[in-house]
Amino acid sequence: MTKGHLIPVLEFCKRHEIEFSFINSLHEFGLIEIITIRKTAFLNSDELPRLEQIIVFNKELEINLEGVEVIMRLLERVHQIQNEMNMLKNKLGLYEN
Amino acid sequence: MEFIDYYKILGVSKTASDSDIKKSYRKLARKYHPDLNPNDKEAERKFKEINEANEVLSNPENRKKYDQYGKDWKHAEEFEKAKQSQHQYKNTGQQHYRNYSESDFSDFFESMFGGSGRSTAYGRTRYRGEDYNAELHLNLMDVYKAHKRTLTINKKNIRITIPAGVENGQTIKIKNHGGSGTQGGPNGDLYITFVIENKTPFRRNKSDLYLHVDIDLYTAVLGGEIMIETLDGKVKINVKPETQNGTKIKLKGKGFPVYKKEGQFGDLFVTYTIKIPKNLSEQQKELFRTLSKL
Repeated sequence: MTKGHLIPVLEFCKRHEIEFSFINSLHEFGLIEIITIRKTAFLNSDELPRLEQIIVFNKELEINLEGVEVIMRLLERVHQIQNEMNMLKNKLGLYEN
Repeated sequence: MEFIDYYKILGVSKTASDSDIKKSYRKLARKYHPDLNPNDKEAERKFKEINEANEVLSNPENRKKYDQYGKDWKHAEEFEKAKQSQHQYKNTGQQHYRNYSESDFSDFFESMFGGSGRSTAYGRTRYRGEDYNAELHLNLMDVYKAHKRTLTINKKNIRITIPAGVENGQTIKIKNHGGSGTQGGPNGDLYITFVIENKTPFRRNKSDLYLHVDIDLYTAVLGGEIMIETLDGKVKINVKPETQNGTKIKLKGKGFPVYKKEGQFGDLFVTYTIKIPKNLSEQQKELFRTLSKL
């Protein structure tokens, strides 16, 4: 992983007007990963879409972190099922007409 | 353009307090938020309605105007002119949800409130740019070979390579081609979902193709050669004597390209349907009778 893919947590917190402790609790909940390099905490930029989704759920929809954790797991499952459904739909096309 | 009953959308009465409106909005937003209902167009539509209703009813000025002109919204323009000299709109500082743009407001809203009514779209400072979603309709033959195509997304031209073997319903992510990030933040991503229409006689399952071919009774019984069409051109096939109806043969490597594996192809499965001759002459019938007695 190159340094270009890492976003300093403090920078992210500043832009989103959130506390560092919030990001830390997400890390403790196992919802996101924090990478520490020379005592500086970073986020992987690939995790940003997921993290912003978590912020929407928690800060804007007022869902507590336990709820967010369950939702994130269920959303993963929904995506898996949607992919499976798409695959089956395409397979079903074999028997149509 | 029809009148929209924002109170009905939020399920509150006309005398509802700000806190009732907020509570009802949050409850409905939790139910219909697009992030909680992936790929659900109906939920997305409802969420936009709820957001618009909240935009009007949670803002005292907008609510007052709506209550005053509600069903007579066509006169709102005159109202606006009269108010113009009074004061500028002030942001209430409330938060809004992402993936929400000006175009998401109804014509009714635009007509009554225009740009000034929109208090809070993107109220939260976003760091990473917005993700864009697009649907691309192609024919099966368009994805038989990798090719470049220029797409126009939000008035910007993006040239992308469409890989061979893409599946119907498959979504690919093009990094950094979404909305621009704010203050040094990364751009969002572009998600393209392919809708592939198949007008060919071939049925497709991933990289394998399936084809039904009719053969006449005599070729099925005595054997012979037939020509069949593949995506790669015509192919000559030897039909074995005494071939049964429904016999399936495999033509290796004559199927569809394997996604992201250059030079690799699936197989083509051909199923024979034996056609029984019709309108037989008396002589032909007699020969079949003789044959049946042997």
